[in-house]
Amino acid sequence: MEKLKKIPFSETKEMKSLLEVKDFSLSFPQYKKGFRESYIEVIKDFELTIHPGEIVAVVGSSGSGKSLLADSLLGILPENAEIKGKIYFEGVALTAKRQQQIRGKEISLIPQSVMALDPLMKTGQQVQSSIQNKKEKKRIQKEAFQKLGLPKDTHKKYPFELSGGMARRVLIATAMVSEAKLIIADEPTPGLDEQALEETLTHIKQLSENDRGMMFITHDIHAALKIADRIAVFYGGETVEIANNEDFLGKGENLRHPYTKALWRALPENDFKALKGNQPEAGEVFPGCVFEPRCPIATDFCKKNKPKSAMVNNGIVRCFYAES
Amino acid sequence: MITFILKKLGKLAALLAAISILSFILISYSPVDPVRSYIGAEISRISPEQQKNIEQYWGLNQSKPQQFLQWAKALTQGNLGTSLIYREPVSEIIIDRFSASIALMGLAWLFSGVFGFLLGILAGMNEGSLLDRLIKSYCFILASTPSFWLGLLLLMFFASWLGWFPVGLASPAGSLTGEVSFADKINHLFLPVLTLSIVGVAGVALHTREKLIEVLNSEFIRFARAKGESGIKLFWRHGLRNISLPAISLHFASFGELFGGAVLTEQVFSYPGLGQAVVKAGLGGDVPLLLGITLFSVIFIFVGNFIADLLYVVIDPRMQIKPSHD
Ligand SMILES: Nc1ncnc2c1ncn2[C@@H]1O[C@H](COP(=O)(O)OP(=O)(O)OP(=O)(O)O)[C@@H](O)[C@H]1O
Ligand code: SF4
Ligand SMILES: [Mg+2]
Repeated sequence: MEKLKKIPFSETKEMKSLLEVKDFSLSFPQYKKGFRESYIEVIKDFELTIHPGEIVAVVGSSGSGKSLLADSLLGILPENAEIKGKIYFEGVALTAKRQQQIRGKEISLIPQSVMALDPLMKTGQQVQSSIQNKKEKKRIQKEAFQKLGLPKDTHKKYPFELSGGMARRVLIATAMVSEAKLIIADEPTPGLDEQALEETLTHIKQLSENDRGMMFITHDIHAALKIADRIAVFYGGETVEIANNEDFLGKGENLRHPYTKALWRALPENDFKALKGNQPEAGEVFPGCVFEPRCPIATDFCKKNKPKSAMVNNGIVRCFYAES
Repeated sequence: MITFILKKLGKLAALLAAISILSFILISYSPVDPVRSYIGAEISRISPEQQKNIEQYWGLNQSKPQQFLQWAKALTQGNLGTSLIYREPVSEIIIDRFSASIALMGLAWLFSGVFGFLLGILAGMNEGSLLDRLIKSYCFILASTPSFWLGLLLLMFFASWLGWFPVGLASPAGSLTGEVSFADKINHLFLPVLTLSIVGVAGVALHTREKLIEVLNSEFIRFARAKGESGIKLFWRHGLRNISLPAISLHFASFGELFGGAVLTEQVFSYPGLGQAVVKAGLGGDVPLLLGITLFSVIFIFVGNFIADLLYVVIDPRMQIKPSHD
């Protein structure tokens, strides 16, 4: 797969950003015996910037809060969720009111599950409902289905009549027909075989044409590297590193964070050695670095102090011992 | 589709046969002597010969299996026999009584359906709120309220105490059939319908509530919201459609409870419907009438369930691939 035009990080800084998230955290109140006892912090100190035409992958393991991150940007979080931090869309603060106005129009979601299709509505109708241009909606929907290689009569079908792969393409079509500037793809490639993966990724990449930005959520670093310009690594609810695609090579010498290095080495084409231990549970609190319990180079200092994010070698990292 | 209907009809036939045999056995062990209850207090004035004659006339001197076979044979020719207490063909009594009951049951069914559905939506939309808890407790209390008890309560309050409605019957006492006005009919129907409706609300409401909460938490509602849909439009497009079919279907399947409720309610309000007739037949040992009504009610309940199933097959696209889903 050919690589997209690359934007070195130093240059992107001057470009107008499409989405900017800063110091973002999300927590749920936890009740014990009816009293609000504490908060579970699912996402903390999250930061990310996406520029027009750029695909940024958010890589994190299952249950690390990736879908909740998507919901936060769209403003469709569960009511009890509490968020802090700043979100800017096209340079302007993204308030709840603005989210309500622009979701589905300027920000579009490709949901994680094929259950996201209404079981009692024909697929064509479901896709057409997210087309702004009401007069042309039939034609636009038809073209999108054609582009995605869906059979001609797919629009007349109900979701239960589609295979998983077809349903997924219908979901991609909803984003394709929208005039969104930012597309949030929530794990659109789960458990696909190599060929289906290539195909789906090609379709998804088509979406970032016309200067659209994309947040590509996945737990599969392998898929992320195939299309993303930059990769934000999510660990224990934090962004531990934002690396450029080309940093992933060799033994991972160019990567900044020990966790990212470990992820890279765990790939089958590299050492295939998985990191020992598990991700911290949502809500686990660490006085020091979140990665300390599993970090091979951790010191006593890491146990007691929290590393702040810093620019290293054109990327962002949250580790005391990151060096360029 | 055809096989689906044929299968169902086969089931009905088997059900009817089983129910007739079962009810006949039950009735033959009943301590009520039909002749005695027919003649009532006058029994001492009738000679044993005369009693024998009546028994012979009714075919009571034959053995039980013989009686059953005779009844079944007549049934296959479309003859349900003659009622002992009303001295009219059973089929005529059923038609006559049912046309009174259908007004009661039909109205109650409609009202309980509509209000149950609305209450369920209100509760489901506001899950966990005070309103939701009120509706829920109301339904749980109703679900365990016997309809005759509620009927008595309403009767005491509205008819005896406030005097707004008549105490019973389907029309003013002593009036001729032709003279009964529409307003009179409504007036007499009001309390029985209210009783049956109030009791019938619980099932639909609780079911609709559950279903709506499930739908509201579904992935497709989340996605619809992500697509910018909200409020009434969201509910109309994705909510209503997904909860109405199960609710309607459930409501059709509740014909059994409706019939059971009607029997008790008619008794309380002396409403001359099928329910009242079945109680009289039971107490009076009127075997042909009792069996006739039993079979009729089986068919009635079956029709409800059949429509419930059919609705899924005809309306729900997911069912069209394999129509028989039982
Ligand atoms: N309403 C809620 N209240 C409390 N905790 C919640 C709530 N919703 C989600 N969580 C928790 O937040 C965490 C993150 O969930 P999320 O679905 O965002 O993970 P994810 O990264 O998308 O996982 P996956 O890869 O499996 O999709 C989970 O551990 C979940 O238990
Ligand atoms: S801060 Fe310390 S514990 Fe955390 S990743 Fe860096 S070296 Fe490891
Ligand atoms: Mg997820």
